[in-house]
Amino acid sequence: MKIGYYPGCSLTGTGKEYDLSLRKILQKLDVELEELNDWSCCGATSAHATNHLMSIALPAINLSIAESQRIKELFAPCAACYNRMVVAKQELDTNPPLAKQVEEIIERTVNYSTEIINIVELFQKIGAEKISELKTTSLSGIKAACYYGCLLVRPFDITHFDDAEQPSTMEEIIKATGAEAVEWNYKMECCGGAHSIAHKEIVVELSKKILDDAKLHSADVVVVACPMCHSNLDMRQRSMKNHTEIPVLYLSEFIGLALGVSPKELGVDLHFVSAEPLLDKVGKSS
Amino acid sequence: MDRTHTSIVHVETLSDKIERLTNQSPMLCYQCGKCSAGCPVRNYMDDSPNKVVRYVQLGFDDQALQSKTPWLCAGCLTCSARCPQNFDVAKFMDAVRQISLEENVEIAEKDTVAFHKAFLNQIKKYGRAFEFGLVREYKLKTLNLLQDVDVAPEMLLKGKLSLLPHQIKDKKQIKKVFEK
Repeated sequence: MKIGYYPGCSLTGTGKEYDLSLRKILQKLDVELEELNDWSCCGATSAHATNHLMSIALPAINLSIAESQRIKELFAPCAACYNRMVVAKQELDTNPPLAKQVEEIIERTVNYSTEIINIVELFQKIGAEKISELKTTSLSGIKAACYYGCLLVRPFDITHFDDAEQPSTMEEIIKATGAEAVEWNYKMECCGGAHSIAHKEIVVELSKKILDDAKLHSADVVVVACPMCHSNLDMRQRSMKNHTEIPVLYLSEFIGLALGVSPKELGVDLHFVSAEPLLDKVGKSS
Repeated sequence: MDRTHTSIVHVETLSDKIERLTNQSPMLCYQCGKCSAGCPVRNYMDDSPNKVVRYVQLGFDDQALQSKTPWLCAGCLTCSARCPQNFDVAKFMDAVRQISLEENVEIAEKDTVAFHKAFLNQIKKYGRAFEFGLVREYKLKTLNLLQDVDVAPEMLLKGKLSLLPHQIKDKKQIKKVFEK
């Protein structure tokens, strides 16, 4: 399978292990990534928080590049990029005057024909069976809390993905590794998102609630699908008071462990919270 | 010219402006408060989210534009997903923020505004987000100089914080978007 790839800015920096682990495991799963040429930022929170036109025009540039590369399906691993792209595409598709205005600004025409795919959808396409087949290390005995965060499924009217309050698709993928997906209450609670810099205290408090609930439900690890959620849940554990650490892994890293990729190749050592207790349990101590 | 008739001039209200930007009328909200009940950041806000909508409905435009609430909204979309009127509260908050910037309203949440401006400035310059540049600009603007000194050295060591930006080749379109 060949698919377009929009890594997004975080995957070149704070979330580089997400990119590393994705490239590693997708190769094993026979998925070829065609990176978008000279892609630019989707505008993230700051664009839609302050300027509507900009929040639509920035993703439109990338949608147009995808079309010129004849990419039919574009995979955006970052939940925030995925969200901005599907929202922009929908607005442009349903609001012709806005689409005209945007096309004039960026001096490119866009047909909105590219389908935007998030990471769980990509694994659904690959199939849980394939992960089971290629699994070399069973993760049985590991209890994982699948964390969706906000932007993977909401706004549901636009993403039409899973369920706005009780999603379960990530759990289905996780089960293919042999691990147990725990039932818990905070899989859709917000980690504080882009407040990490201007309001760190909010992020620390919200992220701690999420991690505490995962621990309360006996999770060994929290599995995430967004680089912003990852840095809030992982790095901000440093600032949490009376806190016992819990490792936070990207979905791609977690699957990679089952596919026999070494933790180092997956970039697990780049996290702030050590994954050693988890790796010991898997028998993959680095 | 002698004007004997009275003409009614419609001045665009904040509600009108929001409707123009979002394609949804703030009057849709019937104040059930479900948005505020489920809001993860409600505790940090001055006004509850539905109260900001109420300000707009009643024409208390200044109160809405000066409230900290839109700036503390994390954009998680929980409210928008749960609204029984299908009113996109998060989109409403986006519009309030945009209008308060356009109208140069005195905004209490200066750090959040500084963050967004610094973030967008990196995109304007390089075409992509540049975390080091963002933090440098944010710190100089807000003088929160000691922020994140506990994690920054480790980020550098892990190669997660690049000192040089990843620049795109063709910045023409980005430039146009920012000129608009």
